[in-house]
Amino acid sequence: MKARDLTDLALRNLREAILRNALTTLGIAVGVASLVAMLSLGVGLQQLASKRLSQSGLFDTIFVTPKNNFRGMGRPQPRTAQSDKPPRPLDEDARKQLEKLPNVIEVYPQIRFFTEVRFNNKPYSTVVAGMPESSQNSGAFDGMQGNFFSSGYADEAILQIEFAKDLSDKPASLVGQDLILRYAERQGNPLAGSDASAAVGGFSVVPKELKLKIIGIVETEPAAGYGGYGNARLLIPLQTATTLRAAQVNDLRDIVRGDSSDKLTYSSLSVRAKSPSQVETLEASIKNMGFNAFSLLDASKSLRTFFSVFDLLLGIFGSLALAVATLGIINTLVMAILERRREIGVLKALGAADADVQQLFFVEAGVMGFLGGIFGVTFGWLLGRAITFGTNVYLKRQSLNPIELSSVPWWLVILALVFAVLVSLGAGLYPASRAAKLNPVDALRYE
Amino acid sequence: MADTLPSIRLDHISRHYHMGETSVRAVDDVSLSIAGGEFLALLGSSGSGKSTLLNLMAGLDRPTAGSIVADGANLAALSPLELARYRRNTVGMIFQSFNLLPRMTLEENVELPLRLAEVEHSERAGRVREALERVRLTHRIGHRPSELSGGEQQRVAIARALVNRPKILLADEPTGNLDSATGEAILNLLRNVQSQLGMTIVMVTHERPLAERFADRLATMGDGKLLATSPAPKAVAQ
Repeated sequence: MKARDLTDLALRNLREAILRNALTTLGIAVGVASLVAMLSLGVGLQQLASKRLSQSGLFDTIFVTPKNNFRGMGRPQPRTAQSDKPPRPLDEDARKQLEKLPNVIEVYPQIRFFTEVRFNNKPYSTVVAGMPESSQNSGAFDGMQGNFFSSGYADEAILQIEFAKDLSDKPASLVGQDLILRYAERQGNPLAGSDASAAVGGFSVVPKELKLKIIGIVETEPAAGYGGYGNARLLIPLQTATTLRAAQVNDLRDIVRGDSSDKLTYSSLSVRAKSPSQVETLEASIKNMGFNAFSLLDASKSLRTFFSVFDLLLGIFGSLALAVATLGIINTLVMAILERRREIGVLKALGAADADVQQLFFVEAGVMGFLGGIFGVTFGWLLGRAITFGTNVYLKRQSLNPIELSSVPWWLVILALVFAVLVSLGAGLYPASRAAKLNPVDALRYE
Repeated sequence: MADTLPSIRLDHISRHYHMGETSVRAVDDVSLSIAGGEFLALLGSSGSGKSTLLNLMAGLDRPTAGSIVADGANLAALSPLELARYRRNTVGMIFQSFNLLPRMTLEENVELPLRLAEVEHSERAGRVREALERVRLTHRIGHRPSELSGGEQQRVAIARALVNRPKILLADEPTGNLDSATGEAILNLLRNVQSQLGMTIVMVTHERPLAERFADRLATMGDGKLLATSPAPKAVAQ
């Protein structure tokens, strides 16, 4: 039989027992909907996590330190041929060289120091961190009160909410007010270089103050980049932080190591790649330059594995409803064989081959699967939207930002439709073969 | 008038069924030759094996032993697919209970064999109309079988059997569900069709008087065996 005639006859048969076939199709639709809803949540959560993580720069950032950085302070250097040469310092030259590497977006230092802040003439201890301008897009500043820094050199500060609460009972009122940052500036030893004895080194630490205007309050603790700013409560622009030349933890180490130089060195630099896929080669290049380099790429791989397993589990749970629907299809078609036994006999007497009868039942199962798939994808999408809506209502009540919890990408739509049709065809396999094998003489005799 | 060449030749045909331990000989060593264009009536009491023999000739069943050559093809040697093709193109069947599909209109019922034979769409409407004209039912083309009388339903069944222009028409008790006047009208119709199209007709019936009036030859069966064949009195008179 031609495909058009086959489809025509199948649709006619489906229309004849419309209630039963509609209920069977609905069963498939519910199965597909549960599958789509589950997977759309999985996909949505994965996209949400990936977006947040890629915004945070965790997976496209390489954390660079000098080779000696992780050896214990004061511990003797191993005496190897290589170690006779002092390790390459992470200075401005190195930073510029790193910037010139292919696929690098930016290179910025990690500047963080413990210091004192005066507000309303009261001292407060806190950790200050310099934030690169790119951190504005990291997601950490989404929904903040006030604004992000007006420029990289602005004398402005963003407070973390807990610190803001320490400063005032009404944190929101702090925006626009000034505070004094007291810090220790590292200054080169004036004797260094002029006196040979100064080679043992040292530098001066001079107390300084800087007036900062509070321009914003951020709810969450920003965590930009590996070894980021998680614990910092007072955030200032990175360039401002750099020009302060505030003494940091590694300065003490430099003293211990006898580094007298006034030359600016960094304890670490963050190198951001254009995409996580370029991190691996970039990391190797940086290591070749004589630095230590670390990235969280492996963690990203683990995350992808986690979501694959997560999706699989959601898919299995979603498929349970579809498995029940499969039994519904088998039941419907087996019932149809009993009811249409005589009709099958007539078709065979008129010249229908076994394959024609088999195909007829297959097409009927396939049509139910396809229609069930279409309805199921629609229901599943609506279910996902409803869950997202409900979640966002809850998040709004908690004063949190809305999120896109479910996502139905085009591949999921196609996958669900193909899956629904294949499952239905699989379910139609037994009834169709049973119908095809029906003895026409017995079938014609059937009342 | 019957051709001299046989349209169907049965050669020592048997059909045995196994029912538990016992074997039922529904058709037992029957040999019969039916000429092209002949109208043969198969007579016999209930359970005599005449319907089984008709099913064997229709290719709906396979013989346990012997051979059936119909329109040059040995049915026992055909594959299931070839047998389906034979049923589609060479034979037309009508039944006692009409076996029209109740959900379809007359037009759709008559079109069904054309769909199975994959006849072009453009050709179908003409062929359906032609078949329905032959049974004088074109005015009921859009009706469903349930809206027709028994005689009309059997006429539709005849139109459906004729639409693929078969060489052999096999009728299983075609008047069994009809009153005598309608039955006679149906047999008149069959006789007309036979004379117009020159096809071979094999009709199973237990109504001897009707068979004697319309058939060319009578074959009587009993207990699965062919008891006798004789020319119908009408044919003798002719």
